[in-house]
Amino acid sequence: MREFGYQRAHDVAGAVALLGAAPDARLLGGGTNLVDLMKAGVERPGLLVDVRDLPLDEIRATADGGLRIGATVSNSDLAAHPAVRRHYPALTQALLAGASGQLRNMATVAGNLLQRTRCGYFADLAKPCNKRAPGTGCPAVTGDHRNHAILGASVHCVATHPSDMAVALAAFDAVVTYETADGPGELPLDAFYLPVGDTPHIETALPAGAVITGVTLPPVLAAAHSRYRKVRERASYAFAIGSVATALDVRDGVVRDVRLAFGAVASRPWRARAAERVLVGGPADADAFAAAADAELAAAEPLPGNRYKVTLTRNLVVTELARLAEEATR
Amino acid sequence: MTTTTGSSSATGATGAGRTRVEGRDKVTGAARYAGEIPFAGLAHGWLVLSTIARGRVTAVADEPVLAMPGVLAVLHHGNAPRVDADYVGMLGRPNPVVGLFQHDRVPFTGWPVALVVAETSEQAREAAEALVVGYEEEPHDVAFRAGRDDAYRPEDSPMVQADAGKGDVRAQLDGAAFVVDAQYTTPEEHHCTMEPHAATARWDDGRLDVIDSNQGSGWVAAEIAQLFSLDRDSVRVRSEHIGGAFGSKGLSAHQVAAVMATTVLGRPVRVVMTRRQMFSLVGYRSPTAQRVRIAADADGRLRAFDHEALNLTSTVHEFVETSAVLGRVLYDAEAHRTRHRVVRLDVPTPTWMRAPGEAPGSFAIESALDELAEKCGIDPIALRARNEPATGPVSGLPFSSRNVLACFEEGARRFGWADRDPRPGLRREGRWLLGTGTAAASYPSGVGRSTAAVTAEADGTFTVRINASDIGTGARTAMTLVAADALQVNPDLVRTRIGDSDLGHAMIAGGSTGTRSWGWAVRLAAADLRERLALGGGIPPEGITARSDTADAIDALPQQERHSFGAQFAEAAVDVTTGEVRVRRLLGIFAAGAIVNPLTARSQLTGGMTWGLSMALHEEAVRDAATGGHVNADLAGYHVASHADVPLVEADWVDDPVPGDPVGIKGVGEIGIVGVAAAIANAVWHATGVRHRELPIRPDRVLRAAGETPGA
Amino acid sequence: MAPPTSSAVTLHINGEKYTLTVDHRTTLLDALRERLDLTGTKKGCDQGQCGACTVLLDGRRSVACLQLAVAAEGREITTIEGVADGDRLHPVQQAFLDLDGYQCGYCTPGQICSAVAVIEEHAAGWPSAVTEDLRPEAEAPALTADEIRERMSGNLCRCGAYAQIVRAVARAAENVTDEVKEPVA
Repeated sequence: MREFGYQRAHDVAGAVALLGAAPDARLLGGGTNLVDLMKAGVERPGLLVDVRDLPLDEIRATADGGLRIGATVSNSDLAAHPAVRRHYPALTQALLAGASGQLRNMATVAGNLLQRTRCGYFADLAKPCNKRAPGTGCPAVTGDHRNHAILGASVHCVATHPSDMAVALAAFDAVVTYETADGPGELPLDAFYLPVGDTPHIETALPAGAVITGVTLPPVLAAAHSRYRKVRERASYAFAIGSVATALDVRDGVVRDVRLAFGAVASRPWRARAAERVLVGGPADADAFAAAADAELAAAEPLPGNRYKVTLTRNLVVTELARLAEEATR
Repeated sequence: MTTTTGSSSATGATGAGRTRVEGRDKVTGAARYAGEIPFAGLAHGWLVLSTIARGRVTAVADEPVLAMPGVLAVLHHGNAPRVDADYVGMLGRPNPVVGLFQHDRVPFTGWPVALVVAETSEQAREAAEALVVGYEEEPHDVAFRAGRDDAYRPEDSPMVQADAGKGDVRAQLDGAAFVVDAQYTTPEEHHCTMEPHAATARWDDGRLDVIDSNQGSGWVAAEIAQLFSLDRDSVRVRSEHIGGAFGSKGLSAHQVAAVMATTVLGRPVRVVMTRRQMFSLVGYRSPTAQRVRIAADADGRLRAFDHEALNLTSTVHEFVETSAVLGRVLYDAEAHRTRHRVVRLDVPTPTWMRAPGEAPGSFAIESALDELAEKCGIDPIALRARNEPATGPVSGLPFSSRNVLACFEEGARRFGWADRDPRPGLRREGRWLLGTGTAAASYPSGVGRSTAAVTAEADGTFTVRINASDIGTGARTAMTLVAADALQVNPDLVRTRIGDSDLGHAMIAGGSTGTRSWGWAVRLAAADLRERLALGGGIPPEGITARSDTADAIDALPQQERHSFGAQFAEAAVDVTTGEVRVRRLLGIFAAGAIVNPLTARSQLTGGMTWGLSMALHEEAVRDAATGGHVNADLAGYHVASHADVPLVEADWVDDPVPGDPVGIKGVGEIGIVGVAAAIANAVWHATGVRHRELPIRPDRVLRAAGETPGA
Repeated sequence: MAPPTSSAVTLHINGEKYTLTVDHRTTLLDALRERLDLTGTKKGCDQGQCGACTVLLDGRRSVACLQLAVAAEGREITTIEGVADGDRLHPVQQAFLDLDGYQCGYCTPGQICSAVAVIEEHAAGWPSAVTEDLRPEAEAPALTADEIRERMSGNLCRCGAYAQIVRAVARAAENVTDEVKEPVA
């Protein structure tokens, strides 16, 4: 870890100014990912701008019935918040399925969105990696890729995004807001994460020098009946090998609204719009759920070592939607 | 059948549960481990490891690094002090990795190529990262698999008998009613002690003083003396508290680096391994590929038992994972063959890891026994009872005591085995398929020469000096209790000093030999002291000290098969739609001789069983073929069981007197892990009807198996 | 001009103030262990993957290895050395000692700090990943063995003392149900 400067920002404008003044500056939130990557030598900032003191730690209801979540709200505060538990339970479940109690206390909402992949090649300077060192190659394609992407990947990178929280946010059409020297901006989560293509090192559409100020959740009726289900290689404290956020609004046996997003299958949270299209307006039964999963996973391009993820994700979609449908009939 | 959980000794010190004498220090943070003793002028060393798997170092660009802030020295093969790694230590020749910086060859990824020493650890880390090392790379081979044609039979040694056998396996296989012929594999597994390997070295008034984390301070001191050509008495190694060892804490690169650096710089130097470095520097359990062939009569009596185990080793040192030795103890057959084979690859040298040999070996043969029980239509416990040998199947020697069937009987009663429907795939609870499984366990009860001193102090207290190592076993407490028993005094009057090479020779904490070896020495010295005190007379200010040496007593032991035994029971739940496996219950019943401290012995046993669970479901170090290094060399990638994976594991024991044995203690460090992975795999079969012969039983494998099995 | 790479900070630890100059790279964990001789907080992985360095920051459990010391200024830090009430052990410490909730002891300070926080988080009504009913108006879940296990999962114990640790946390939380009753010893 190289030597670096440290500044604490006390307001958003100050953070924007500090970030803009040094090309190798990085924002420090909870540090749970950045400090780790600095120790590994993957990140080598010259200046850290500490944003923990920014006045962005509020969660409040919006006028339209949605939720406004500040960028520095901790993962544990967000998970425990009554409005989240009542209106977006899948988000609470996703947060609680992530990391550990200690890390959730430290990690911020913005930091969670911006965390880097946990690909073993990315974190090891002794190995090639297009995401870390563009042009060096992606050894995971022919090497170990048990936990790598099956959707939307490219030959340049098959890494997955590790966030659970972002999968639930993707299902609920969350919008990321930010501030730059040129003024505020916003990005729907779908547009926030960029496709891999041949630039796996460019992960988000966030403009250079932007400071994330928060996430806005629109009101989603179906979200009150939502779940997040995560499968991992031990019962807790591990990254997902497959996960789904599901929300279902069924009335009179007909699907009015459905939300589906997958984790651990792509470089970003994977909103399963093809599957949603199959379901809306149709019956909420096992055949429909399976057809929906198959519609989305038809695009899957698994590698020899991660074909199981297609089966796993399909099974999760079917069982989770069935459970929501069953709850809806109670 | 009675279980002994109460007192089994005259005065009640041993046999009753006692909390650890250092317990308060451990729960308040006062207990100091190797990297935690402050020294004025301490400098910090950081190891630099090779990034290639095979070749040579062509250049170490130390000049720019020496100009960095705080950097004091860069040691490498071009400038490091010379050492003599060509010696024979207590356990044979050393792992060549301790011959640090003596040549330019690189035999594996993660081989130490330099040490950077700086004023602070932050400066040392940055300088180590900045150090440019040039390499000339050669093609490497890290591909371990069954059937490699370059596998060879290792030489016999006092520690390893490669092959053993009797009878004609082929003939017995041909004439048998039932045959199991299966291949089992276990992956590369790592010790992952919570405390990283750490050492602080300094020269103190002409003596080398090393604060280290190890499982034998006398052992490490002797090896350092040999390596650096020093008088044995001029080296002192201390290990007061040790944050886990499991076989990984002997002489490694960090102590050697610290000694070299303090010698060069003339100030104390601490070297602590990073978690990532531990994955290539401190050894690991080799992956294994094992073939088991068992043939039985219609009534389940074994006619052939054939177990061949392959493991890997490095190109620079041989290590044999003795997976096939278990069958030489557990089962007899007309034809009996057990063989070890080794293949050399461009990887670090494996080493002992909790129940070396027996842990992977038991997965293979105890799974195979279950498969045989299925084929024969015989209950797995009944099958084992039917094949209980009277004497050592290979040696012909009598057992010192063998109560494995008593373990099965008691375990079956407590687990509710009698109600078990043997058919697989029948029990469902929500999304979970449920099953139960069992396996036998055995581990040798060894002993090593130890010396002890017990002093009656003038103030009425007693001091025990024994160079034991408490790696988490409760050794300090156990020796206090053994001494109190022999002295027939209250344990509160006894202080025990351990973990210092100046205390004299004693066995290391390894291979479940510690409590038996040290307890014997302490008991002899304490008994001698008690006799002397019985003569009357006052105690002088310096106290009265009695000493012991168990060398002659050990030599006088008759030739016997000496082992602990056990029976493991597991209940597993499997969701075949997600591949998740959960262990709901684990029960182990053991026959392990006299139990000194039931509280800590139970912890060791359940700890071993938890290891077995972790081995069954989680652990695998994945090596990247292209670079020769790991892709999961950290605790987020290499999964060990977490809280949420582990049920309220239960362990208990049956009476296991050892007639004629002067100690009666067998040791409980390893036996807990043996057989657990098989019991869980057998339970997974019982739940799903699918045999998993490849560890760990991970979601990807369960899903793949479910996809390949019609109807699952 | 390059910004300064070290700063003078005042850290509030266990009710005491410590003023020192830290290299910005210094983690709170290294500041505690290498600068302040508070070695009770353990370094197991230095990557946030084991929990051995768990301390309380403003009352909340955190891993000290990923917390920069310079960024900890102004926060109340409680380490294992500050958990007991003088000579009187905290109920969690006493339960670990009595029920053998450890073996080598290296993960123990982190387990204990974490357990202290788990009991408080549970009392505050925080749900966990195994809590069935998340509705805010729902009755708080009992601190069952499953709840304890899930909430404690950020603290690895390689000796495998989990069963004993769960019993110790249950006893300290005064929540000893049949399922976590202690074995006869």
